[in-house]
Parts: sequence; structure tokens; C-alpha cells
Amino acid sequence: MYQPAAETSIFRLPVAVGILAAAVRMATPYLFAAVGEAIGQSSGVLNLGVDGVMLLGAFASFYVVLTTGSLWLGVLAAAIVGMLMGLLMSLISVTLKAEQGISGIGLYMFGLGLSSLLFKVMVGTVKTVVGFQPIKIPFLGNIPILGEIFFQHSLPVYAAFLTVPLTWILLDKTTWGLKIKAVGHNPAAADSLGVNVNLVRYISVTIGSIMAGLAGATLSLALVNLFQENLTAGMGFIGVALVYFGGWRPVAIMGGALLFSTVNAFQLWMQVLNVKIPSDLAVMLPYVLTIAALALAPKLMRQPVALNKPFERGEH
Amino acid sequence: MSPDIAAETSVTSRRLAYDWKDIGLRIALPVLAMLFALLIGALMLLCLKANPLAAYAALANGVFGNLYGFTQSLAKATPLLLVGLGICIAFRASVINIGGEGQIIAGALMSTWFSLHFRTLPGYMLLPSTIIMGFLAGAAWGFIPGILKVRFSVNEILSTVMMNAIAIQLMNFLLRGPLMDPVGIAEGTFLPQSERLPRQVWLPRLVPQTLLHAGAIIAVVLAVAVYIFLWRTTIGYRIRAVGLNREASRHAGINVPVYQALALTLAGGFAGLAGVFEVIGVQHRLMDGITSGYGFSGIVAALFGGLHPLGLIPASWLFGSLLVGADKMQRAVQVPSALIDTVLGLIVMFVVGSNLLSRRWSARRTIAAAKAEGD
Repeated sequence: MYQPAAETSIFRLPVAVGILAAAVRMATPYLFAAVGEAIGQSSGVLNLGVDGVMLLGAFASFYVVLTTGSLWLGVLAAAIVGMLMGLLMSLISVTLKAEQGISGIGLYMFGLGLSSLLFKVMVGTVKTVVGFQPIKIPFLGNIPILGEIFFQHSLPVYAAFLTVPLTWILLDKTTWGLKIKAVGHNPAAADSLGVNVNLVRYISVTIGSIMAGLAGATLSLALVNLFQENLTAGMGFIGVALVYFGGWRPVAIMGGALLFSTVNAFQLWMQVLNVKIPSDLAVMLPYVLTIAALALAPKLMRQPVALNKPFERGEH
Repeated sequence: MSPDIAAETSVTSRRLAYDWKDIGLRIALPVLAMLFALLIGALMLLCLKANPLAAYAALANGVFGNLYGFTQSLAKATPLLLVGLGICIAFRASVINIGGEGQIIAGALMSTWFSLHFRTLPGYMLLPSTIIMGFLAGAAWGFIPGILKVRFSVNEILSTVMMNAIAIQLMNFLLRGPLMDPVGIAEGTFLPQSERLPRQVWLPRLVPQTLLHAGAIIAVVLAVAVYIFLWRTTIGYRIRAVGLNREASRHAGINVPVYQALALTLAGGFAGLAGVFEVIGVQHRLMDGITSGYGFSGIVAALFGGLHPLGLIPASWLFGSLLVGADKMQRAVQVPSALIDTVLGLIVMFVVGSNLLSRRWSARRTIAAAKAEGD
């Protein structure tokens, strides 16, 4: 991941640039996971199993790359795993109308257990793969400071940031987005207008879950280039928190993800520097910050009204 | 009172009594869900080229094959039961507590520090105060998300998950710093574990040479106490009323935020107790991985027990057995015990998924009964 030089001071420009560039890179999995989760939540389904989907996606893509050497097949594998997990989540939470907070925990435990199981049986020891290499964007990559921070990353990093405007367009500018939000805010009204509530929810949750699978792939193919048990260590839950923090708006979610990963990059840099704060306490910083941000963020009125509520015809 | 609120209140009070009529269904559905999950587990074993029958036989043999396995399943059931009791209280108030892991750690950390710090005290003072301090630490770890929920509308699912991460880091820090075993430091092993606790806080073992300790009995007694608390006291009644219908409860004059925060605090306290017993009953010191995932598997047990303290007693024993059997299976047929973690996840999804069937079935019966009355 991020390996800063040990003798440097944050007040020197290259160090600050290095930390910020690392922050942009480290925001990648959070962006994929949180933006995807925002799509599902906009339709009224809370998928708390993101972390489990990420783990399975990370393992599948890692394993495919390890055996075939093809990065794109790996990405495809993560997407397929994400799709299957999304369909499973939809089946339990939409068709069977389960309590979503709990079915998501089930999905998480399933993904955590299965990825550990498959890793132990099929790989066994920690191995590395050759992941996506950084691409310097012509012209933009040559801009001093900004170029290094934003335009010298690997493809998945650019793709993660691209999901933000794409999702904004999807949710705010298309008929489909209107349907998703209608189903999330007032499913009964959407239903009476002929929208197939459950179908829209299936599709939204599955898209979100595919993005969670891809989030896992960015971790194992672009950031750390390996897989180990519980590789994500709760990143998916942070992703869900970012959705609330960003008030279901992709751009605000991106802001939250960047804030979080900047604190994280800073914290890693402090660890390497052996700053007189114990590293384990520094690791807490991002989580404390997330709680504080959730508490102090202005309470937005945009929460999908029907979030976490299964739809039943004739209830109203 | 407006008519629909009156209607809601009457629905609420009818549902507030525990309905024993559907008890058969409530037991059958989780069992079916588990069998279904184990069936999928068997398919996964086939894919891994292992013999499912041999694997499950090894699992069962690990629990019932000898006295040690059996006592171990009871020992593992103890933290599941305690965490599950907290989950029951929280879920009955409609707050979701995912923070079991962090609350277990909080209880374990506090009891370790407290008993080491006051090691000169006699057992009759040190043991009860250690247990109480651990309970309070877990309760504090549950109170924070509780107060954040009712004062700042922070979703408790998210805050409890964050509190887990914070507790894990805090434990990592303390076990590698201030709480590290001086023996390990002297010998240069630097194991991330605490000093051995003073003998007077060790819980007595129920069967010699096994891990089964007196905490198991305390847990069962507490399960009965929680049942009485939830169904026979005013506070318990209000907790359940808040869970069933927040609006109606508010109109009935119940201070909803207080009871939601209280439910999370109690949930944290019980999980903290699980941490205390792991330390003073099983390990006799604090070490990495003290939670063994009980914070999550306790949720499975609680759901399986129908979120009822008495149903939780057999349910936690069942899952304690599964966890013990999984270890034995790993050694006997080389199938990683992660298989059982996978199956646990499936059980959670199937159990909450099957609630729809049980709701439909009860509704149909109510309608049929109403029709019969009409005739």
C-alpha cells in the first residue's frame, strides 16, 4: 500500500503530496462499495453484507488472476460473485421480506466464512499477484503536484472516481433513477403507478453488490495485490457508514471517502515515522472520526423513507 | 386518542403477551432453516472433494463422542447465551446490536485490569467486583451507541460496528503495551497476552480437567432472570412496547429514547459479562482473539432461539456444539472450520427469511378463526 520515506517531515511538499496521492488511491474500494450501496439504499434496501461481498469478490478475482494471469478475467469473476451475492441478498430481503439489518449480517458472515474456507483449501499461503500498474495520464499527469496526486494511478482508481458522476446521472437524471428513488421513498405509490417495486429493488441491490465485488477486486488487484483471511477488515461497514454520512448523494459520499482515506493515509505515515502516538491508537482515529462525523453531520432529510422496510402490497 | 392509534395500541397490547400457540412453528422453522443450511454445507463439502457424511460425523463425534467434547460445547454455549440475552433485549426494543465483539472486549479488558490492579483483595470481594466492573464496561460500550442513537440519530448498526473496531485496536494496544505479561517481556517472547489473573478470581470448574466453569450456571440463571425482566416487569414491558410500536408507545407516555438507550446498554452489559467469563472462567488471562467471534455467533443463537431468553438456552448449546464440532472436524477430516462460519451465515439468512412464512401462516390461521367465529 503506502510506503512513505521515514526521514521526511509533513511540512515538506513531497511528503504532503505523497500522503494525498495515497489517500486518493486508498479511497478506491470505499468509493466502489459506498456508491454501490447508495444505489441499493436509494431503492429502500439496506445491504449490510457489503464487507462479505467484498471479501468474496477480492478472493475470486485474486484466485482467477493467480491461476490465469488475466486481470480482466479477475475483474469479471469479482463482478459475477457480486451479482450472485446481490441476488441472494435480494431473495432474502426483497422476496422473503427479511429484516434487512440482520440478513445483511448473515450475508457478511457467509462471505467472510466462504472466502476463508476457499482461501485455505485452494491457496493455503499468502501469495502475491501482479496487479494493475499505474498509468500516467498524458498532459494531466505532468502537472506539478496535482498530477502526482490525481493522475498517476492505476485504472481501477480512475474507474472508482468515474462511478461518482455516473451514479449521480443514473439517480438524478434518468427515468430509471426516478423509479429507484420512488421505490425507496414511497413504494406503495410507485406500485400503484405500475412500477414493479420488487424488480427495481432486485436490480438496484444487485448493481450495488456487483460494485461491492469490484471494490474487493480493487483491493486484491490494485492496492495490496494479495489475498488473506478477512482482507477487508471491516472496510465494507465503513462503506455503509459513508452512505449515511454522504446523505445518499454520490458527490458527498466521495467527499466522505476522501476524508476518511486521508486520515487513514496520514495515520499510516505517522506509524512509519514512529510518531510518539502508539500506532494502535492511531489506527482508531478513522473509526472515531467516522462516529463523530455521523453524529455531527447535519441530519439530512434525504434518507429514503422506505429504507429497511420490505414492501407488501395492500399494507396501506 | 385518534382511532388508528387506539387500534395500534390494542394490536400492541395483544401482541405483548407471549403467544405460545405458534410455538411448534417457531421451533420447526429455524430447525428447517438449519437443516437446509447444513445441506448446502454438504454440497460445498462435495465441491471441495470431501465426504460430507464423514465430515458431519466427525463434527457430531467431536461433541458427543466423549465427556470432554460435551463439556466444551457447554463452555462455548456460555458466552453465546450471554451475548444472545443482550441481543434479545436489544432486538425486542427494535434496536440492532452488532457491537457484541466490542462489548465482549470491553468487559474482558476491564475485568483483566481490575483484578490485576486489586490483586491483594480477598476473593469474596475481588470476584464479585471484577464481574460487576466487566458488566459495567460492556454496558458503557453499549451506552455510547445508545446515546448517539437517541441524541444524535446515529444509526446504531453503524456505530456499534465502529465501536467494535475501536475496541479491537484498544485491546491490541493494551496487550502490546501496558497490559503485556511481564513474564513474556522478561523471557523475550513478547506474546500479546496479559499476566495470569490472581487465583481468587478464577471461577470454579464444574467438571475437573475441562473448560466448563461456574459461569455456565450463572448464564442460565440470568436467562431466566431476563425472561422475568422482559415479560413480568414494567421496564421490560416498556422495552417490548417500544420495539413493537414506537408511535403508540410514545402516545402512551413511554419515554421511547430512554428505553432504546437502556436496551443497548443492557445488551452491552451482557456481552461484557461474556468477556469477563472468558477471562476469569476459561483463559485466566486476556489474550488476542478472546471474542472468538461470539459477538456475531451470539446473534445467530438469539435468532435461532426466537429472540426469547428461554429459547436461547437450547439454541446457544446447539451453536456451542456446532463450534466445538467444527474444530474437531477440521482436525479429523481436514475441512477448515470456516465451513461452519459459512453455514452460520446461511442459517441467519434462512431464519430471518423464513419469518415471512411464519407470519403468513399465523395470519391465515387468524382469518380462518375469525371466519369460524362468524359462522
